[in-house]
Amino acid sequence: MKVVFERPEALQNVPFTYCAGCTHGIIHRMVAEAIDSLGIREKTIGVSPVGCAVFAYDFFNCDVVAAAHGRAPAVATGIKRSHPDKYLFTYQGDGDLAAIGTAEIVHAAARGERITVIFVNNAIYGMTGGQMAPTTLLGQKTDTTPYGRDARANGLPIRVCELLQSLDGVAYIERVSTHDPKHVLQAQKAIKKAFQYQVEDKGFTLIELLSTCPSNWGMTPVESLKWLEENMLPYYKLGVYKDIG
Amino acid sequence: MSEKKLMKGNEAIGEAAITAGCRHFFGYPITPQSELPAYLSKRMPQVEGVFLQAESEVSAINMVYGAAASGVRVMTSSSSPGVSLKQEGISYLASSELPSVVCNIMRAGPGLGTIQPSQSDYFQAVKGGGHGDYHCLVLAPNSVQEIVDLVRLAFDLADHYKNPAMILIDGVLGQMMEPVDFGNYKPTFVEKPWAANGCKDRKPNAITSIHIDPKDMEQHNLRLQKKYALISEKEQRSEEWMMEDADIMVASYGMTSRIVKSAIRKAREEGIKVGLFRPITLWPFPEKKLDENINRVKEILVVELSAGQMIEDIKLVNNGRLPVSFHGRMGGMTPSVEDIYDEIKKIHDRLTVKA
Amino acid sequence: MPYIVVNEKFCKGCGLCVNFCPKKVLRISDRLNSKGYYVSELYDQPNCIGCAICARMCPDVAISVYKEDK
Repeated sequence: MKVVFERPEALQNVPFTYCAGCTHGIIHRMVAEAIDSLGIREKTIGVSPVGCAVFAYDFFNCDVVAAAHGRAPAVATGIKRSHPDKYLFTYQGDGDLAAIGTAEIVHAAARGERITVIFVNNAIYGMTGGQMAPTTLLGQKTDTTPYGRDARANGLPIRVCELLQSLDGVAYIERVSTHDPKHVLQAQKAIKKAFQYQVEDKGFTLIELLSTCPSNWGMTPVESLKWLEENMLPYYKLGVYKDIG
Repeated sequence: MSEKKLMKGNEAIGEAAITAGCRHFFGYPITPQSELPAYLSKRMPQVEGVFLQAESEVSAINMVYGAAASGVRVMTSSSSPGVSLKQEGISYLASSELPSVVCNIMRAGPGLGTIQPSQSDYFQAVKGGGHGDYHCLVLAPNSVQEIVDLVRLAFDLADHYKNPAMILIDGVLGQMMEPVDFGNYKPTFVEKPWAANGCKDRKPNAITSIHIDPKDMEQHNLRLQKKYALISEKEQRSEEWMMEDADIMVASYGMTSRIVKSAIRKAREEGIKVGLFRPITLWPFPEKKLDENINRVKEILVVELSAGQMIEDIKLVNNGRLPVSFHGRMGGMTPSVEDIYDEIKKIHDRLTVKA
Repeated sequence: MPYIVVNEKFCKGCGLCVNFCPKKVLRISDRLNSKGYYVSELYDQPNCIGCAICARMCPDVAISVYKEDK
């Protein structure tokens, strides 16, 4: 009997604590598969954020350091600079990376830190109960934009890939999505490529993954993937934003 | 480097760290400590170490968190406003029990303040400026030589107790030059099997300060408190100077204690029996020695570059036994020998009238 | 004949596997796991082609996919 698909070694054999249908779980699997495929599990150290993925150290089967909110890129820098032979990834949500952690991500990219950033953009603060995030879309209702996000009052959503692509320290940035099998396969390739670029010491890599939040969006898991496709894709264009090849 | 070398306090911190085997420094410019990052930006490459200027003190302390979590000796430094920015990170270092050294070359506050010396961050350092019940080991040298000795001690204590250690000096001590002897010091390192540096041949390590179940969080806090009690038991340090026959005790630490010594010499020339009690560890506060000395004197004068902060810890130990008076300067102003001598004289006159 | 195995301890009955299975061989069962989720199940095994789309879309990595060796 041949195994076609099974749980990757770089994931611990424990259930996730994410809500039913949350694409965090898919992204965890893809990160773990990338680590396994490159055979670097024992040399990889993850840095988890503050947010839904705060317990990522329970899920990834490699060393993980939990960072203060927004500071994962700095924590990863501290580890990478003291252990240049190790591979570092940060796993961050949109509040963590694009709100409180904006300075850290911009400067890690500008320094060309040899780290891989897994940036999960689900346009909302999940763990704290559905508040507006920097990536919340205009008109989108959240716990702190009950009338829908208004440009004048709440500013406009941040496109992180476009923001970082101008920084020369960046080796590879791509925005991908998790809303259907085809895009999940593309996302898998992108994540593996990002880790590959780190193994080849090319520079800073970041993959932005459009993701869902069924609980706080107030939709079923299947509906939330549909909502992502219809609402997030137009604003957050998928594609490669930097690739030094 | 065993012969005496004339060195600035800030730079002595850097060289001492290197001799202690520290090969990682994450900093940010702020007067009056910028000579330290500048010095290490030259020295670290010479010893295959890492110097990195971060984008902010917040980022720098989190880089320290990462390096410490991966098991290496690591240091950062800043001055008062920058150290305020580091407080959250320091609370995380304390909770995750990560050995690290944080230097505060104090300047006058609050707010942007000025760049002249101060000791007005005592509370922040000793009582904990971040959230939660935690303590940093806080060491307060009063000379460039003692800076070197205490920086080395800070790394050892940080490793031994898995705790952040803070070097607390003021801008004058950071800027002034004094001869210093580095000797041929050999650092001792400890094993760190808990470190997150790649899980080869072992189960993965997780370094975290979240314990979402309150039962676990309380157990975690109880473990920390037990550690702090042990540190208090074992690591109190202070200096007594001319206290043997003193009626008056002047309590002062850091650079100010040097001015106090001059005032004491002047007073002693006039037969006034006065001595200095100088805390070297501000946390753990040297209660035992202080208590002994309180039992032998008649009155206490506290001298600080602040509105009076350490004085509260002095009063706690004093517990109402003796009168405690205070002389302090703020805003970066420093007391003169005369000023302190006058305070001692006033107390002396009061005591002789009473006698 | 390919088939899948659902780790019922991990499954949260989110329905993504059912939704994306090209052969519509999966459904949410009426069995509850210890967390109170109705778990997914393969109910039409002969038509399963072992494409693993269900496993790739599963947010809890609860599905393993098997095929006979040729």
